[in-house]
Amino acid sequence: MLDTLYELFELGKILFFILLITVPLLVSVAYLTYAERKVIGYIQVRMGPNRVGPKGLLQPIADAVKLMFKEIIIPTSSDRFLFIIAPVLAIAPALAAWAVVPFSDGVVLADINVGLIYILAMTSIGVYGIILAGWASNSKYAFLGAMRSAAQVVAYEIAMGFTLVGVLMSAGSLNLSEIVLAQQGSLLHWYWLPLFPLFIVYFISAVAETNRAPFDVAEGESEIVAGFHVEYSGMLFAVFFLAEYANMILVSALAALMFLGGWLSPFQGTFLEPLFAFIPGMVWFVLKTGFFLFLFLWFRATFPRYRYDQIMRLGWKVFIPVTLVWIILVGIAVMADIPPWFA
Amino acid sequence: MKQVASAFKSLFLLELLKGLSLTGRYLFDRKITVQYPEEKTPLSNRFRGLHALRRYANGEERCIACKLCEAVCPALAITIEAAPRDDGTRRTTRYDIDLSKCIFCGFCEESCPVDSIVETRLFEYHGDKRGDLLMSKEKLLAVGDKFESQLAADRAQDACYR
Repeated sequence: MLDTLYELFELGKILFFILLITVPLLVSVAYLTYAERKVIGYIQVRMGPNRVGPKGLLQPIADAVKLMFKEIIIPTSSDRFLFIIAPVLAIAPALAAWAVVPFSDGVVLADINVGLIYILAMTSIGVYGIILAGWASNSKYAFLGAMRSAAQVVAYEIAMGFTLVGVLMSAGSLNLSEIVLAQQGSLLHWYWLPLFPLFIVYFISAVAETNRAPFDVAEGESEIVAGFHVEYSGMLFAVFFLAEYANMILVSALAALMFLGGWLSPFQGTFLEPLFAFIPGMVWFVLKTGFFLFLFLWFRATFPRYRYDQIMRLGWKVFIPVTLVWIILVGIAVMADIPPWFA
Repeated sequence: MKQVASAFKSLFLLELLKGLSLTGRYLFDRKITVQYPEEKTPLSNRFRGLHALRRYANGEERCIACKLCEAVCPALAITIEAAPRDDGTRRTTRYDIDLSKCIFCGFCEESCPVDSIVETRLFEYHGDKRGDLLMSKEKLLAVGDKFESQLAADRAQDACYR
């Protein structure tokens, strides 16, 4: 009796923590769409949304309400089951991956030793949602989008995996908290410096993995209408949208953890450190994540979409060789215990 | 050598950084959006909006039913019927403009020998029913009476060019 009560309590605690992560995440997703429209608007010398609420701040809420009341249309020739399960498959991994993300020292839902592998697995599962959506829609545009997405994710997953190999070689651990702690010291101890090419390749692959501009050929409005989600409407479409933005936040958070020292203060090791000691680590983490998210939006506002063969060329013929070479260099550096990073 | 230079350029993403710096500068540029219902762009005195029929200062309608506007109208939006009035002058008995056909080219206004048919600066109007956009002589005269001071001022300002 006591045992079951205790188990129920434990279960409730975990559920509470999951809510504690998921709810702020979904709110961030909503406001990321707002930020996206504002940033892109400003870059295009426009004002962006400013009608709903003060400065347009209620715009994402209005959008969400609109999407909820829209009709969900299921094409007659589609595979009903897969059609409905696909958006779930897209968003579930994007949310589940957050289980191992450390927000601050010790603030992590599941402090597992294979965190990096778990995240790699989760982000890879996400593409099944897209492929199934394209397949189940029974529409040629959706199918083309799904095929493009599949090929692209395979190509960039390899380069991305190699960059993670570089990180785990440097840190000597797959646990994300330990990876952050291995970067302790100062701004220059963070892995962006010794792993700079891997850092760049990681971020560009992340943009490609999340199917964001300039790698958004899976969506490609001007070529294949909306790609894999042409046939989706209402809340089913909104779930794809959520998944895309949740993935953006996830890969940005990972970039912050692996290359910019996660929750570590950028003033560590300088005379400014005690001055900024009152700022909790989570704030630094959120700021670093926000920086990468801003890059996502900046890229979208700047670069035209890559041609499909150029994407493949970049993935296979540039990123994979670059990462391979740098992994060898990192290996040598780790073996030689080159300070300050690998000592 | 050229190939090496271009490889160097693409490896270090120089062109991409250049593009980013350009859009980054525009991020902080002054925004030029006109917030429409609150702010409005200035209108020319030659602006071609809703049509109107004008009157002389003594209240007599200007139109003499010459039908030049009807003839020149490229969209065939104007329909005129004419008959002599009791005092023997030639007047229109019907002057209709179908605004759903009109292309707002302003030819009617240019062709009018007595400055009767004109276009006002009003462009924010709508019709609830289909018939609302069929302007009759009465409606057009009412519009003209309403905007007469503005119409006269605009024409006076443009007179030296005509």
